[in-house]
Amino acid sequence: MPDNTVIKKSSIKKSRRWSVAIRLIVALLLIAFAIFPVLWMISASFDNSNSLATQSLIPANAGIANYKRLFNKDPNFSFGEIKYWQWLLNSIKVSGISTILSLSITTMAAFAFSRLRFKGRVSILKSILLIQAFPNLLSLVATFALVSNFGNIVSAIGLNTHAGLIMVYMGGSMGMNIWLMKGYLDTIPRAIDESGMLDGASPFEIFWHLLLPLLRPILFVVSILSFIGTYGDFLLARVLLNDSSKYTLMVGLQIFTAGQFDKKWGVFAAGALIGAVPIMLIYFFLQDQIVGGLTAGSVKG
Amino acid sequence: MALADKPKDAHSIAESQLSKIIRVVFMIAFNAGALWFIYQAYSKGFYQIAILLGIIVVFFDVIFSLKKGYPFRWMAFGLAFMLVFVIYPIFFTLYIDFTNYGDGHLLTKEQALVQIENATYLPATGKSYDWTAFKSDNGEYALWLTDRSTGETFLAKPDEEIQATKPGDPGVGEADAKGVPQSIEGYTRLNTLLAAADKQLPNIKFGLAGEEGLSTVQVRSPNEAAELQIRYLYDKEADTLTDQETGRVYYDKEGIFTSTDGRTVQPGFRANIGWKNFINFFTSPALRGPIVRILIWNFIFPLISVVSTFALGVSIAIMYNEKDFPLKKLIRTLLLIPYTIPSVITILIWRGMLNSEFGVINRILNAVIGTAPRWTTEPIWAQIAVLIVNLWLGFPYMMLITSGALQSIPTDMYEAATIDGANSWQKFRSITLPLLLVAVGPLLIASYVFNFNNFGLIYLFIGGGPAIVGASTQAGHTDILISYIYKLAFESGGRGVQYGLASAISVVLFILVGAMTLFQYRFTNMWEEVSENA
Repeated sequence: MPDNTVIKKSSIKKSRRWSVAIRLIVALLLIAFAIFPVLWMISASFDNSNSLATQSLIPANAGIANYKRLFNKDPNFSFGEIKYWQWLLNSIKVSGISTILSLSITTMAAFAFSRLRFKGRVSILKSILLIQAFPNLLSLVATFALVSNFGNIVSAIGLNTHAGLIMVYMGGSMGMNIWLMKGYLDTIPRAIDESGMLDGASPFEIFWHLLLPLLRPILFVVSILSFIGTYGDFLLARVLLNDSSKYTLMVGLQIFTAGQFDKKWGVFAAGALIGAVPIMLIYFFLQDQIVGGLTAGSVKG
Repeated sequence: MALADKPKDAHSIAESQLSKIIRVVFMIAFNAGALWFIYQAYSKGFYQIAILLGIIVVFFDVIFSLKKGYPFRWMAFGLAFMLVFVIYPIFFTLYIDFTNYGDGHLLTKEQALVQIENATYLPATGKSYDWTAFKSDNGEYALWLTDRSTGETFLAKPDEEIQATKPGDPGVGEADAKGVPQSIEGYTRLNTLLAAADKQLPNIKFGLAGEEGLSTVQVRSPNEAAELQIRYLYDKEADTLTDQETGRVYYDKEGIFTSTDGRTVQPGFRANIGWKNFINFFTSPALRGPIVRILIWNFIFPLISVVSTFALGVSIAIMYNEKDFPLKKLIRTLLLIPYTIPSVITILIWRGMLNSEFGVINRILNAVIGTAPRWTTEPIWAQIAVLIVNLWLGFPYMMLITSGALQSIPTDMYEAATIDGANSWQKFRSITLPLLLVAVGPLLIASYVFNFNNFGLIYLFIGGGPAIVGASTQAGHTDILISYIYKLAFESGGRGVQYGLASAISVVLFILVGAMTLFQYRFTNMWEEVSENA
């Protein structure tokens, strides 16, 4: 009997070792699948030949020529109007402003829904949920017409303006952010409000001095995620902006595919890499918080 | 125990002087700004927007002046933004799907009539003048006119009212033998030959038109200028246009004024065409065929995407779930990479890698097995390519959410199953999978809905192509409804944009997506929770 169990134990150990080995090999294959396009992008960006057809994983003539071309420092290369820094700046501006304004507005609204009791509260919350079932992406044509009409009334908020785009982003994010922030506010115990009320604080003081400091960490994560989401948007920016100096980075990168993509491949890769790295770093630094946010129900957009 | 439940609620605390001042100043500023905007919108004919803003102003004024409105002040801007940018576009979509809004019908009827009523013609007879041309240094023209019947003299410039002027008036020089001033301040007189040879001159309309009693003058021949007549007279009662020159009568026919012999007056305008956008679907096979294909693919594509990404994600989560698995953290971090890059960028990278001629994938395939699919031109391979790219984009997300959910499955369930003699596959089938599906089910539905509208992937990777042969619109084999809508509205490829048809399809999409999301709410009991929390 004792012999038997020893044999069994060692065979379990042995089969486990095999299983780990196989799984490590599978992991290697999966990692290759996951990171190959990224390696390919990096290698393309340092391949001076700037051509899709001749690129290899280890560039034959490595250098930074593509980066020079991207910043218009190469007189021999010209393709349309590359305004890379301008695009990046536009993206940061549009995403930053719409994130900050949207979260300020929605956090205040969420406070009312979470802490105040008034007639119509539940109906409004339900209506917001219902409206969220129809993302504003679907009324694309109407949104385009609306912003175009705005431009005919006051040109500063019409088509081809960042203000118009920011307002559309804000409008689209309201419902979801109100729900998200209300959810976080609901987790803060009411006892905190009550202690403030006993001291005679007004609702605004309770919001500003007691709740907001507690919300700060989650507000930070939500604003990062919201910023990344807006930064990565393509469709609305593509529809509402039509001047290359107004483009956001994602729209700017897309115009590389017009005409002969394979002849601008390296320059595109350089631009793509610079646009991707900051977002990748944010993800890795905030990995745990983001995973927490994901299971709260947000889907990457 | 909310704040307002207490008898001593917010409103019984006396509002401080400062916050009252801030509130009043805000209300004045907001009303001033909004009313100015409404006035601009109204005067330019954008009545819908004026009404929309009017509703918001009334709402703001009520809640900021009545005590009862206090809680709504917190959400005023949020609700206003939702009204303008989410709710209004939904209703506007519902409205334009019954119109022919699109190329040739871009304006409203009021706007079109303003343009039509501006049209003029040069009558064969009528008031005529002798003229002399002047030209300024920066190329602007002026005309000196002498009425042939009365001998009155005028100075006419483009877009300015024609002024009765005499030689010797301020800025006007003395008359020569013919009664024409030698000079006009800022202008040089053109001699008759030069003026007759000027090619621009006969096209310029001098004077200001549009207002009652005003009309423009145009050069007709080297020695005659004539007053232009308004070409069309609009009869509001009969809704007809009458051409003053020919006497032809035009009737409003689906957004364009058309005569009985088929002539039309440009520009056309947006008109209600009832259910025509929907009826076209049933009557036109060249329209219907592609749309049915797109619709089927629109359901299959997210289904395969969700199943494939979930399968891969779960497999990874389970394979590397053990706490002491070697290099666990590193493996997970590397596998997460596709999720951390903005998808626009990685989709475009894949577009290059899967290029049929030069892409690295096909170069490898050609070298290894001697043949490679044409990803962009063969429908089935294009669809497979889209699915592969979406698997790459989506599996890390599934890995994240399922490995989170795996932690919450109690281990004693597996121990009990082991004692009952279950093997790994049985444990997975009857414990892991059902519990996982309960935990992440709502996220799977959300993922399905997201991919149902995954415009970025379809458009950026392949533009919806390859094109469906025989389609009357720009439809492709990988198109989904949202990318098809985009192409109809913004990339018609020379076939004319069709906002009306695009909106009709948007309405179909609204219904489908709305139904799916409401199903998701049921699944999560979100709806009931709202009521319970009240």
